[in-house]
Amino acid sequence: MIFTVFVPLLVTLMIPFVNRWKERIHTGWFLLPIPLAIFIYFIQFVGKDFQPFYQSYSWVPSLQMNLDFYLDGFSLLFALLISGIGTLVLLYSIYYLHKSENLGHFYIYLFLFMAAMLGVVLSDNVFALYGFWELTSFSSFLLIGYWHHRERSRYGAQKSMLITVFGGLSLLGGFVTLATITGTTSIQQMIEQKDLIIGHAYFPLILIFVFLGAFTKSAQFPFHIWLPDAMEAPTPVSAYLHSATMVKAGIFLIGKFAPILSGVPSFFIVVSLIGIITLCWGSFMAVRQVDLKGILAYSTISQLGMIMAMFGFGTKVAIFAAVFHILNHATFKGSLFMIAGIVDHETGTRDIRKLGGLMTLMPISTTLAVFGAFSMAGVPLPFLNGFYSKEMFFEATLDFEGATGQLMQLLQTAIPWLAVFGSIFTFVYSMYFFFGTFRGKYKEDELEQKPHEAPWGMLISPIILVVGVITIGLFPKLVNMPLLTHAASTVANTTIEKNIYFWHGFELPLFMSIAVIVFGTVLYLTMKKWVPVYDVFPGRWNFNRVYDFIVDKLEEWSKAVTEFYMTGSVKHYVRNILIAILVVGFSVFWFTEGMTIKTDNLAEVTLPEILVAVTMALAALATIFTKSRIAAILILGVVGYGLSLLFVMYRAPDLALTQLIVETVTVALFLLCFYHLPELKKLDRDPVSRGLNGIVAIAFGAFMALIGISAHSSSWFEPISGYFLENAHDLGGGDNVVNVILVDFRGIDTLMEIAVLGVAALAIYSMIRLRRDKEAK
Amino acid sequence: MEIIMSILAGILFATGVYNLLQKQILRIVIGTGLISHGAHLFILTMGKLKTGAPPILEYGVKSYTDPLPQALILTSIVISFGVTSLLLVLAYRTAKANGTDNMEELRGTENE
Repeated sequence: MIFTVFVPLLVTLMIPFVNRWKERIHTGWFLLPIPLAIFIYFIQFVGKDFQPFYQSYSWVPSLQMNLDFYLDGFSLLFALLISGIGTLVLLYSIYYLHKSENLGHFYIYLFLFMAAMLGVVLSDNVFALYGFWELTSFSSFLLIGYWHHRERSRYGAQKSMLITVFGGLSLLGGFVTLATITGTTSIQQMIEQKDLIIGHAYFPLILIFVFLGAFTKSAQFPFHIWLPDAMEAPTPVSAYLHSATMVKAGIFLIGKFAPILSGVPSFFIVVSLIGIITLCWGSFMAVRQVDLKGILAYSTISQLGMIMAMFGFGTKVAIFAAVFHILNHATFKGSLFMIAGIVDHETGTRDIRKLGGLMTLMPISTTLAVFGAFSMAGVPLPFLNGFYSKEMFFEATLDFEGATGQLMQLLQTAIPWLAVFGSIFTFVYSMYFFFGTFRGKYKEDELEQKPHEAPWGMLISPIILVVGVITIGLFPKLVNMPLLTHAASTVANTTIEKNIYFWHGFELPLFMSIAVIVFGTVLYLTMKKWVPVYDVFPGRWNFNRVYDFIVDKLEEWSKAVTEFYMTGSVKHYVRNILIAILVVGFSVFWFTEGMTIKTDNLAEVTLPEILVAVTMALAALATIFTKSRIAAILILGVVGYGLSLLFVMYRAPDLALTQLIVETVTVALFLLCFYHLPELKKLDRDPVSRGLNGIVAIAFGAFMALIGISAHSSSWFEPISGYFLENAHDLGGGDNVVNVILVDFRGIDTLMEIAVLGVAALAIYSMIRLRRDKEAK
Repeated sequence: MEIIMSILAGILFATGVYNLLQKQILRIVIGTGLISHGAHLFILTMGKLKTGAPPILEYGVKSYTDPLPQALILTSIVISFGVTSLLLVLAYRTAKANGTDNMEELRGTENE
């Protein structure tokens, strides 16, 4: 089982080499056998007596992150869809994409996606699942942006990336919470600890996280906005990712976690409500579209909403219908996308306003579209699979077991009405799709090229899918017991068996279907009259606007914030740093009551020291107030010499000596530079800036003085200098203790300080000598 | 005495910071000079100013001043000298290359 995931991954490595021969043979032919082999591998599990099985490979055992794969009925259904439709899409793409396209990239992205998707549906380890989940988002991003020279493609790719990764990250949050609560990373073991999870205080969080992940991926309301923009991808991609596989990943997630999460009323309320809203909104919006793929995108949104709603209902009928509809939707929607691609390929446009009357020109495509569109609409004919699941959907909306509480009962009455409402629009857009394209007036002038029937190779895949539609329609037993029963039982966590009949007898679901067809026909025939209504209602209440607003404003605001503090002025940065230090420092003083003053351990105050100190203070202040820079330099010298006088008074002969020399050299350097610097300019005259500078400076001085005083007043332990004084002679062999410390006890400091001086000297030398600009020439 | 010296160090820090917040590079370097003087005085004060003999061992002397802060300050003086001279030459080169030593005129926000 693990090979089915990793073979496509390995193949991506080989595609660039295969692609070199594309001059002669289309790359797709080399790759076709791989999904086919995977499909054949999976189809051998289909059967009445299917048993789930488990394979595990160590990856990061210490973190319980392993490549655990678990094949149950639900995963098997998805794996078959992914590999089966993958094969057909690959075949279709061979005829759809010309050899002059960048085929290597296309097939690498496609196989990356296939591997990721198989990984999602087969993983039992939540973290491996998450890894594959993000890989699907990423490869979908690459595929949507395949024609990256188009601006709309890039926009659509970015949009889908932002929305699905937002959901993916919240899903990771849900997984981490789940793994922390249960202590295991295996979904099967989590199901066993269901009661613990549901009773836990974090359960609502898990619910929100998982919902966000599933709803963004499966384009549920209001996160559906990325899917119509993803239609900029090549049509095989739309058919594969955005109808059959990736958009069902969210559905898969809800189905996979339904055994854990479905035990609470909020699961029922949120999932079924969001699903029903998505169903109605998507089908309502689909009628308004003028692009064939736009219609199909909104139709996908609406059908996904329907499946989601049925998982929310959680009854046996509903789950079975949901699983059945997953299969049905994949067949007819895949074929419809391929037909839309064929129409685009043969006429040069997908705009339904320019199309019409293609029936006689493209008879085979028309025939295929009849089956696809009518199956999507749920027309009651015994050879259309869409009708069966639609009928079961109506049946499911009518009975909920044990619904209690006011909200639940309100939903119980509202849901059948909403379902009928959504289905009417589904009927309308299906008819609109079919009749608008293939019937009506043939508009020769508006088409870029003369349409004719597509090549056979392009038609094979939709034909196979439509044959699937009819086969399931005629012989539902073929898929029921061997496949659907196992899948539905997995989701419900009990055994579900249901027979699929075309004829239910005169019951409520049938009347609902009839109502849908009657009202739908009326609405379709009067569609032109409704156009103004459509223009106002969805035109105004548009979620794309919300998305664009958020994206624009995020950029604007972060730019504004950055420009507020990144002024480019060193003065502002230094001031901000100092203010931060002051705020932190003073609040530490305040909250820890760190300020203490003790006067019992002070040295004696003597007059000469006071005199020197006052001189230094005055000189320091004078550096600020003097207008002349040469005066400032000389006064700085006064401070330095004052300091060396203080060193003399405090019995530090070496310091005094060094300070004296260094100060002399520094003053000389200052004077040297001063000579080369431009004329003196006016000082900062802005009173606000001056005032702020003054406050910061005074506060900083006060802060340091306070630190000094309180640090001196709180002695924690004896200094270690006693050791140096005692051992300088015996161990160091010298009597000048400061010098012994410098070269003996702490010689490394001195070594590094020498290095600093050396580096400074080299830097100065290179700054003066090395020139790259024109000044050097 | 320590309190007076702490206040003096505080004054040196305050004037240094004020100079640091000016526009001209020369003033900024003067500011760093004042701050390093303040820091050296600070270290010395923290090591207690109790009078004793200079830390040069002599027979019969019982109490010495603390030698460790002196060693630290000596290292620091040399390093701050190196940095100051580097800054000065940098100021000189900046002024030569750009024709100004005003920091507000030297800012460039386009590439940030």
